[in-house]
Amino acid sequence: MSSAPPALTFSGCLQGARIVLPTLPGVAAFAIAFGAGSVQKGLTVWESVAASFFVTAGTAQLLSLELWRDHWTFGSLLTIAAVTATVNARFILMGASLQPWLRGISVPVQAASLFLLFEASWLAAEKHRAQGGRDVGVFIGAGIVSWLAWTAATVPGYWIGTLVADPKRFGLDLVLPCFLASLAVVLWRGPRRSGVPWAIAAVVAFLTQTLVPGYVFIVAGSIAGAVAGAVMRERV
Amino acid sequence: MSAFEGPFGPAFAIVAMALATYLCRVAGVVIMSRVKLTPMVERGLAALPGSIVAATIVPIAIKAGPAGIAGVLAAVVVTRLTHSEIAALACGVALAAAMRALGIG
Repeated sequence: MSSAPPALTFSGCLQGARIVLPTLPGVAAFAIAFGAGSVQKGLTVWESVAASFFVTAGTAQLLSLELWRDHWTFGSLLTIAAVTATVNARFILMGASLQPWLRGISVPVQAASLFLLFEASWLAAEKHRAQGGRDVGVFIGAGIVSWLAWTAATVPGYWIGTLVADPKRFGLDLVLPCFLASLAVVLWRGPRRSGVPWAIAAVVAFLTQTLVPGYVFIVAGSIAGAVAGAVMRERV
Repeated sequence: MSAFEGPFGPAFAIVAMALATYLCRVAGVVIMSRVKLTPMVERGLAALPGSIVAATIVPIAIKAGPAGIAGVLAAVVVTRLTHSEIAALACGVALAAAMRALGIG
């Protein structure tokens, strides 16, 4: 672990923003899909935008539309919160992996910046960190750009979403997987330190996906890989 | 129960989702700030980012079929060759779109 004190600079924010720029077409495509789906379920444009602004979690928002109803009860609110937490459980692990890197940053700044914990901002932070960087601005800048793009793209989705072609046709569903694959190259530390835990993570995730519905597979695979890394003798 | 019905029902639903999501976002940091960083915990945390990546992309690529697998592999190869994630992303996504247009995957 790096012993240099953490920093938070404006140039770091700009650097983070630049790192996530290539993900924006994919982010926009899915925000448009959410906007379009929310029309069908009877959300007002304000509700649709508020969901993107305050929740900002693509898979959870798309899934919540399946649970959307005209009349809400305490039970149905608990259900939608529980489903949201299950889909977003991967954020718990992403936060855990960032925590040593965030040490030394004040608690209010940590609490505010964690609102911006998305796949893309986590990726930008891990990439910066893998190269020895200590600037939390990279995480915050990447987060702000992703957050605003996601929220803004919900609006055209709401109005013209039904006219937009299937994002799959343009490969836009693969933007985040390809971006993650690109990060994997930066994180690679050789077959012993990385190969074994990653392979275990991939196999456990794949098996979980075939056996258990939903998105538990990411959490199951990630924990299996981390445990494998922890019990292996060699220090990483 | 009826307090959640009516015009504010959707607002309650959005608040419920937002709270659940924010709790997930802070939980990992809160938990780890209370765990002592032993060498074993450090090794586990060091393996965590790559494990999250592997656990996410492998099942998603396989589920997306040949185009998904080819796109992700192309992104890895292009990153190794060019060290540019923009190039990696463009090649991966373009390859997947081209394969789908040709009816493969």
